[in-house]
Amino acid sequence: MSDTHAQTVAYVRSTMIEAADPPSSQTGAIKWMRENLFSGWLNTVLTLMSLLIIWMALAAVGPWLLNSVWTAGSLAECRAVLDGTSGACFSVITDRWHQLLFGFYPPEFYWRPVLALILLFVALAPVLFTALPRKLLIFTALYPFVGYHLLWGGSVWFPVSAALGFVAGFVAYKLLGKVNNLLAIFAAILTPVLWWVFAAGAFDAALSSVMPLGLEFVRSDRFGGFLISLIIGVSGISLSLPIGILLALGRQSDMIFLKTVCVVVIEFIRGVPLITLLFTASLLLNYFLPPGTAFDLILRVIIMVTLFASAYMAEVIRGGLAALPKGQYEAADALGLDYWKAQRLIIMPQALKISIPGIVNTFIGLFKDTTLVVFIGLLDPIGLSNAIRADTNWNGIYWELFIFIGLLFFIFCFGMSRYSMYLERKLKTDHR
Amino acid sequence: MASTPDPRTASSAHAKRTFHPSMLLYDQRYRSITIQIFALFVLMLSAAWLIDNVINNLRLAGRTFSFGFLSQSAGYDINQRPIEYTSQSSHGRAALVGFINTIILAILGCVLATIVGVLAGVLRLSKNWIVSRLVTVYVEIFRNIPTLIWILIFGAVMAESMPAPSSFRGDDPASSMLFDAIAITNRGIYVPSIMFTTELGALPLGPVAPSLNWILVLGVIIAGIFANAALIRHATRVQNATGVRPKTWWKSILILFLPVIVIFIALGAHLEYPELRGFNFAGGTHLRNSFLAMWLGLGFYTGAFIAEIVRGGILAISKGQSEAAFALGLQPGKTMRLVILPQALRVIIPPLISQYLNLTKNTSLGLAVGYMDLRSTLGGITINQTGRELEGMLLLMGVYLAISLTISGLMNVYNSRVKLKER
Amino acid sequence: MKKTVFVGAFAATALVSGLAHAQSTLEQVQSRGELICGSNTGQAGFGAPDANGVWQGFDVGFCRALAAAVLGDSNAVSFVPLTSQTRFSALNSGEVDVLARNTTWTFVRDVDLSMTFVGTNYYDGQGFMVTRDLGVSSALELDGATVCIETGTTTELNLADYFRVNGMSYEPVPVDTAAEAQQQYLAGACDVYTTDVSALASSRASFAEPGDHVILPEVVSKEPLGPVVRHGDDQWADIVQWTLFALIAAEELGVTSANVEELKAGSNNPEINRLLGTEGGLGSMFGLDDDWAARAIAAVGNYGELFASTIGDQTPIGLARGLNAQWTQGGLLYAPPFR
Repeated sequence: MSDTHAQTVAYVRSTMIEAADPPSSQTGAIKWMRENLFSGWLNTVLTLMSLLIIWMALAAVGPWLLNSVWTAGSLAECRAVLDGTSGACFSVITDRWHQLLFGFYPPEFYWRPVLALILLFVALAPVLFTALPRKLLIFTALYPFVGYHLLWGGSVWFPVSAALGFVAGFVAYKLLGKVNNLLAIFAAILTPVLWWVFAAGAFDAALSSVMPLGLEFVRSDRFGGFLISLIIGVSGISLSLPIGILLALGRQSDMIFLKTVCVVVIEFIRGVPLITLLFTASLLLNYFLPPGTAFDLILRVIIMVTLFASAYMAEVIRGGLAALPKGQYEAADALGLDYWKAQRLIIMPQALKISIPGIVNTFIGLFKDTTLVVFIGLLDPIGLSNAIRADTNWNGIYWELFIFIGLLFFIFCFGMSRYSMYLERKLKTDHR
Repeated sequence: MASTPDPRTASSAHAKRTFHPSMLLYDQRYRSITIQIFALFVLMLSAAWLIDNVINNLRLAGRTFSFGFLSQSAGYDINQRPIEYTSQSSHGRAALVGFINTIILAILGCVLATIVGVLAGVLRLSKNWIVSRLVTVYVEIFRNIPTLIWILIFGAVMAESMPAPSSFRGDDPASSMLFDAIAITNRGIYVPSIMFTTELGALPLGPVAPSLNWILVLGVIIAGIFANAALIRHATRVQNATGVRPKTWWKSILILFLPVIVIFIALGAHLEYPELRGFNFAGGTHLRNSFLAMWLGLGFYTGAFIAEIVRGGILAISKGQSEAAFALGLQPGKTMRLVILPQALRVIIPPLISQYLNLTKNTSLGLAVGYMDLRSTLGGITINQTGRELEGMLLLMGVYLAISLTISGLMNVYNSRVKLKER
Repeated sequence: MKKTVFVGAFAATALVSGLAHAQSTLEQVQSRGELICGSNTGQAGFGAPDANGVWQGFDVGFCRALAAAVLGDSNAVSFVPLTSQTRFSALNSGEVDVLARNTTWTFVRDVDLSMTFVGTNYYDGQGFMVTRDLGVSSALELDGATVCIETGTTTELNLADYFRVNGMSYEPVPVDTAAEAQQQYLAGACDVYTTDVSALASSRASFAEPGDHVILPEVVSKEPLGPVVRHGDDQWADIVQWTLFALIAAEELGVTSANVEELKAGSNNPEINRLLGTEGGLGSMFGLDDDWAARAIAAVGNYGELFASTIGDQTPIGLARGLNAQWTQGGLLYAPPFR
């Protein structure tokens, strides 16, 4: 039918036209720009404003960054090299980067904090990535002692004897656990304490005299810069996890008194700024301890930061507990598990898994908050930037230091937040 | 059936009769009481230990525990004084000035953070590639660098890159005022302030004496808002009864604005412009660098977090909701107002309030740029000059705790009101 | 050796002095083998860490002299940076043995805060610095000016008093650290920078164009700066005090780090002999050996040498001796006799 028609009518084409390219306004960059940047008057205005902002930022900072000096010995030399033109003087970073990273840690031992950091990632890996073999968790448990020894040094037997306390407690629990559960818990708490108070010192001294092993001791006041931020942040978050779990469980407990105490503690700590807690550590703690007791300041700060993080951690974990379906609790009860067994085998593994993004976010927040220790005179990166500017060579330098410090914080926190987003995505698919 | 007792009640009755001390440990019903009494005991012991230590330490140092220092003369000056204060005023009054400065900063900071955060959160979802990228860069940079660094950077930007007041001087000044009214200098921004020719005096209200003029203005504004609400309620009633909603917009405008304008004219309100006098600008309102650095630093930092909350809240509402709304024939504006926003707000508000709480607590970083908030006055200079660190810090913590509990109390009220009822 | 390492490790992690309050400060320092000295968080010339993390400066030098006197090693000292807010608490809690951090000796600090000021190692006074193009020649012309000031110091109170007494108004810009104050001042965010004249001079020396800044002639306060120790340990206070006097007396008597070994062998001047421990047995009276002062002088030099090498006019700080000259030169330094 159509064939005949085609043959009778002369102006009907018998062949297809070659497919033409779409009009230029509908392809490639132009189409993309039309759809994404200039799809309406509002969008066009926004695009133009954004371009303006980017241009202004580049024009303000670009030449200054490009025209930078990296090798001068002082700000005066920098100014001489720049000769009146505007430019950054990053020589301060080449001169002092090691201080900003490690504080006054002896340079010949820089490998120790670096190794400690690498091992930290190894220790964290089995926690963060479930695909790895579970056996690695043993190393995670050992890491606090390894890390301590690497950073502070001293006799190797000191962390070993401290670790043996935990081993003793575990052994006591296992032995007595067959006899009586309650007794075993008491023994598990009491044995390590007895070991640390009475036996650890002698054990340490004896082994140190027989076999003096160990790295050279580095005093706390040599610590500074990012090293101190990391130490405070990492130990604060890892120590706060168990306390946070206990507080969260206490807050959900049926025991009205325990619950009240936990609520008061959590709300008090969350209600005051971290800086007042830090001031308590540096100004007030000696009022609350027996006369003549003095702690290392870093330790005091870690204690306070741990308390601070515990309260936030408790809330994160409470969120995880609340997100668990009620059926899980009922199922645990139906299996006849007691409270602790139910928590350990059913509730906590799930609740903690749900809470990991929250925990990571708490950690990022805590890590950023470690900059506040500058107010109590610890030489964290910001404190060191003040000390560096007090040097006559670098007096008057400003932006370069803050750019460097900000960049380091950014790299670290950005990496962490990407990881937490990855986790959130992963966990979401599990639950839908 | 009736004659055989329920075995459970029987056994518990049996247990009650033969109570044995070991049951305090092994019986589920009594164990929790034992544990709690034990915990109470431990708690009281440690409290007693701490208090005993404090008493001993104070005695050893030859000090007393007293808040008497609050009535001593402070001796230092404060630049931002919302209430009257001189260096001869007491430490207590200095603390009060600091407290008011903290509140001012917290409120204005929350306002800025909300505006920035909502804008950025919405723009980040924009289809405009360049805008969403730019906002993403803003959010990521601000979220991942400590707020203290941002405060210092904003402080430095203000101090380093704005013109000095002296460059406004002379016949052909290097810098000039915006609209002849606003002077942006490296010492802060000077803006015109509203002054009244008729002063009604001040309300004697203990330590603070707010101006009656402003109380009157505030009262009129609040009354207008209430009247407007009544008008809208009335309009809704009419609409429910008749199906026709009366036009209210011009009445609303009249109710809201006319009385305020009248009262301003009656009191002789006029603007006082800043002008260069001596070393500095005088007159007008001076927004100091310290305030601006804190305000911008905290506002933009917290704004980045709020942006993420807003974005998450909007994304959390499933597409089905808006499709259902369209299917009902609602217009896009009404869909947003009646369907999406109420649900998104339920997701947004709790984390938003906790950001407000964080911002309020972060105002305590004021000392870094010399903003005289509570922590800089009471917790800083006063403690330093009097050496009363124990009393000062306790007071400081108490005040911050009170602020935080007030905010989180409000949040709990809101939460329980919007909570979905589930099993 | 390993024993001390363990003790040190224990100190680092937990109790520095769980049992310590029974011990005197001297015993603590000796058993620890190290002096802990409270220092500035960083002030050019007086106390700041250099690129290698070694603390340098005038106050730091005093601590080194003290360490040499007490422990025989001028490097057996660690420095704890303290802010103006944490300094007294750190001293009171035993965190530091001595505070050498340009601290002004005042009645309230001495009596009410229960500190013991053992002497003055630098006589200072509060002054004002302005830019030259401001055209101001006297502090009395500063009515209405914006003033940068470090918070938590006595200068804050002096400033308030000075302007009030002279009926002038000002706008305080409080800042946390000296570095921050200079930044603000150089950026023009304040017209005037006020602090101790010594610190003003050291700041000005580090500016790009020192000639553009003038320090006004008015000195509005007395700021005797000196080392501080805890109240209640007189033996330790004596040691710190007489170490300071030993440095001052050494300059007066012409004992320097170069000739101290030679003079220790004995000299004609009995006062020098008593100072350097050749006769008199002074050191053993407060629990040290008789060479204590000789070691201190050998370590950092006498007062004049220390001054010249850290803040004197040959250094970038460029301070003149002024009030801090020996009493024989018209200054205020006057060490009581060693006998």
